Amino acid sequence: MSQAQTTSGPALRPDLAAIADWIRPGSHVLDLGCGDGALLAHLGEAKQCRGYGVEIDDAEVLACARRGVDVVQQNIEEGLEMFRGGRFDVVVLSMAIQATHRTEKVLREMSEVAAEGIVSFPNFGHWFHIWSILLGRMPVTRQMPYQWYDTPNLHLTTIRDFEDLLEKLQLKIVGRVFLDEGRQIRAMAGKRATQALYRFRR
Amino acid sequence: MTLVVTPARLRFDQPLPLRSGASLSPYELVYETYGRLNASRSNAVLICHALNASHHVAGLTAGTTDDTGWWDNMVGPGRPVDTGLFFVICVNNLGSCFGSTGPMSMNPATGKPYGPDFPVVTVEDWVRAQARLAEALGIERFAAVMGGSLGGMQALAWSYLFPDRVAHCVVMAAAPRLSAQNIAFNEVARRAIVTDPAFHGGRFYDHGVVPERGLQVARMIGHITYLSDDTMAAKFGRMLKNGDYGFSFEAEFEIESYLRYQAEKFSRYFDANTYLLITRALDYFDPARDHGGDLTKALAEARCAFFVASFTTDWRFPPSRSHEIVKSLLANQVPVTYAEVAAPHGHDAFLLDDPQYHSLVRLYFDRIRQTVGA
Repeated sequence: MSQAQTTSGPALRPDLAAIADWIRPGSHVLDLGCGDGALLAHLGEAKQCRGYGVEIDDAEVLACARRGVDVVQQNIEEGLEMFRGGRFDVVVLSMAIQATHRTEKVLREMSEVAAEGIVSFPNFGHWFHIWSILLGRMPVTRQMPYQWYDTPNLHLTTIRDFEDLLEKLQLKIVGRVFLDEGRQIRAMAGKRATQALYRFRR
Repeated sequence: MTLVVTPARLRFDQPLPLRSGASLSPYELVYETYGRLNASRSNAVLICHALNASHHVAGLTAGTTDDTGWWDNMVGPGRPVDTGLFFVICVNNLGSCFGSTGPMSMNPATGKPYGPDFPVVTVEDWVRAQARLAEALGIERFAAVMGGSLGGMQALAWSYLFPDRVAHCVVMAAAPRLSAQNIAFNEVARRAIVTDPAFHGGRFYDHGVVPERGLQVARMIGHITYLSDDTMAAKFGRMLKNGDYGFSFEAEFEIESYLRYQAEKFSRYFDANTYLLITRALDYFDPARDHGGDLTKALAEARCAFFVASFTTDWRFPPSRSHEIVKSLLANQVPVTYAEVAAPHGHDAFLLDDPQYHSLVRLYFDRIRQTVGA
């Protein structure tokens, strides 16, 4: 799987670039927790995709509007009912699942609104986290730059635990990518990956 | 720079067939325009007004010092809807009391004011009349049709009645149909008017009186639904005019005297028959009704892109009502941006200048400008 940029625009975050590689041209995309709309803007330009971002934060909603990305201001925790009739090809949740309260419900609803789901998350099993805890400290990293008392991250997971949940929800894994600080890796991903990306189907 | 405007008036002799089966002819529409129509006629924006408002959306009426438009913070030079870039039109709707043909106008059949004989008009009837005005002004396609509340309903109606004649639809603080509670409030307002002895079955003009009491109560009811509990608490709380209880039924609380003041002001300029007509138009608006209750089907003809906004403290048309609209647009896979603005002011928030709200409208109109070449 190539991580090469498909456009000459501003560099897309490596995890978003890897997600974009999975998305077929012309797809109808729902991007949950879309931030400033970078992924959708890229998909629109490079792959003629259409779709909507979903974002709760006022500043990010403005950033999407500035890019001309269609955004729906909603809290994804309140359910994806609004998106049920949308017949999406792909639903994306990038680097946000660890901050959801009802993680299982979010994943189940994702699998219901689109044919395919893509989730990326910070891998809590990364060696640095283990090392940090051995030294008696909660890990603070680039992916998770928070103190234990102010973190929005509620449901941190390792690669293995995440796969167990997909299995429990009877979601079939059709793709995995592991990144170490943006570079794709294959060996020892459980300990070496800072980010994990999964692609699944019902 | 102050925008000075003079309303224009256009007469239509071709009968306008109405939803009720009746038709209206001749009729006149009063409207205002701001900015300039560009050479390709691609920069026209139609603003639709709500219950109490008129065609005077922005600027200062020529010859006055304080008659500022009802959406002057939104529309004008350098405003989110920039009249330096767009040619903006606002039309007084049929049945209203600000100059277009309505209950106070002469009924050609009787030589007297229409009064209660003015036909019941619907949102769709208004939109068809607006479309005729657009034709007369040489506008084949609007860059945007925009409105809040009842005005948002008209904008929505444009999207499915004239899908080829609108590029963007901007719908603020609206609902795809009234709830039973909404209709209930309208009914209380109407009962207040029609049971006022001065109403005379709607022929009060003949008696030289105005059903002021009824209109005042109607306005009070309406006004309460436009404000949030928090706004009322912050603005009035339990403040007393004279600092202590007077053990009377006079207006002792500040909120009471505020409502009475607003109501009296309103009853001096608003027509009672118009109040009945416009609240009825609100009640009847229900595009899904002709499609077995399916709003998605009702909006299936819409080809334009949408910007929909709701306000978190609006309990008249709360965000959940906008969700219904957005859900149908998503199901139809048309472009839609939806903002849920955290503003404290209730339904009235759509008329105020919340920075997030205005920034979003400004950005959306930038996008409109790019797509239509305004």
